Amino acid sequence: MHAFKYHRPGSVKDAAALVGKNADAKLLGGGQTLVQTMKLRLASPTDVVDLGTIKELAGIKVAGGTVEVGAMTRHAAVAGSAEVKKAIPALAALAGMIGDRQVREMGTIGGSIANSDPAADYPAAVLGLGATIITDKRKIEADKFFTGMFETALQPGEIITAVSFPVPKRAAYMKFKNPASRFAIVGVFVAETGNGIRVAVTGAGPNAFRVPEMEKALGAKFAPESVAKVKVKADDLNSDLHASAEYRAHLVTVMAKRAVEAAMK
Amino acid sequence: MSVKVSMKVNGKPVSAEVEERTLLVTLIREHLRLTGTHVGCDTAQCGACTVQMNGNVVKSCSMLAMQAEGADVRTIESVAAADGTLHPMQAAFKEHHGLQCGFCTPGMVMNAIDFAKKNPGASEHEVREALEGNLCRCTGYHNIVKAIMAGSKAMAGAK
Repeated sequence: MHAFKYHRPGSVKDAAALVGKNADAKLLGGGQTLVQTMKLRLASPTDVVDLGTIKELAGIKVAGGTVEVGAMTRHAAVAGSAEVKKAIPALAALAGMIGDRQVREMGTIGGSIANSDPAADYPAAVLGLGATIITDKRKIEADKFFTGMFETALQPGEIITAVSFPVPKRAAYMKFKNPASRFAIVGVFVAETGNGIRVAVTGAGPNAFRVPEMEKALGAKFAPESVAKVKVKADDLNSDLHASAEYRAHLVTVMAKRAVEAAMK
Repeated sequence: MSVKVSMKVNGKPVSAEVEERTLLVTLIREHLRLTGTHVGCDTAQCGACTVQMNGNVVKSCSMLAMQAEGADVRTIESVAAADGTLHPMQAAFKEHHGLQCGFCTPGMVMNAIDFAKKNPGASEHEVREALEGNLCRCTGYHNIVKAIMAGSKAMAGAK
């Protein structure tokens, strides 16, 4: 790891001041991606701004039909929250499927979505539930947030403070995971929300995306057979040593079917 | 540039002057000379570096020492009694041959103790899931799972 200067700001405002001036600064959430990336020298920030001690960034609030998760809330806290389990069980279950026990104690929702790893789990829930990403500057709709592989709508220096999830009527997440890394080879989040059906896919493409054909079919009839015949094109999907694009395309349909089945239970 | 980092390790307050990029595992092994915590893959997969921080298990190779400022850190060295009597989980690993080369064992035991405390009466399937972040290249896991089932029972009985 290259040397850097470490900062521990006490507030979001102080953190913003530290990153705002410096294009080579990085925000540190739980560090489960960033620390490893720095060790590999794929990232070499001059300054690391640790958000770990900013109290206002961690915590879960359930009120008025939404679940608001602070950016620094650890995956284990979401997975184990009785309130989240009651309001959006699929969200708690998804958080409990990320990485392993140790990673879930450090990893944060803000870090996960800001990174927009193509195989991360949280983007599927954010997009699948039509969440709102709250930053220190504005609110961003999930549909406008994930813009590419490791790319989001965040501006340089902008800090995610929380993610607000509307409580759906029903939802489920199904993940076909890489048995070694536990990342999603394909994960599909299906939700019946107040604004209609949403189907979001992670792991398959450069970033999380929705499948409008499946949403339309499920809108007509919310049943596994509605998505069984909907295939996504393999053209733009990821291909690597774990799975070809064609296999991932196939898995999208299979996981969507399973997610609908699970949501109906 | 070096900075001062302070925390409690195995109940004792410690301070060290470290480089800002120092990992928690480096602080534990090289500054504090507590070499029971191992570095295996160094990429957050194998869990040999597992320690307890503020009552939860974390991978000490995947975090900066600075992230543990003020924390209560416990390593494998704190697990057995002062007179050398093994912790029930360690005793179970010995009894059930839950190790061969022993490299992964400190991480396995740290994770197992934390899991057993929080999930008494867990099923074999749940134990296997809890071990997702700990790799063993010798045993095939079967005896580790047996050991954790027995150690968990012994811990519940010892209360």
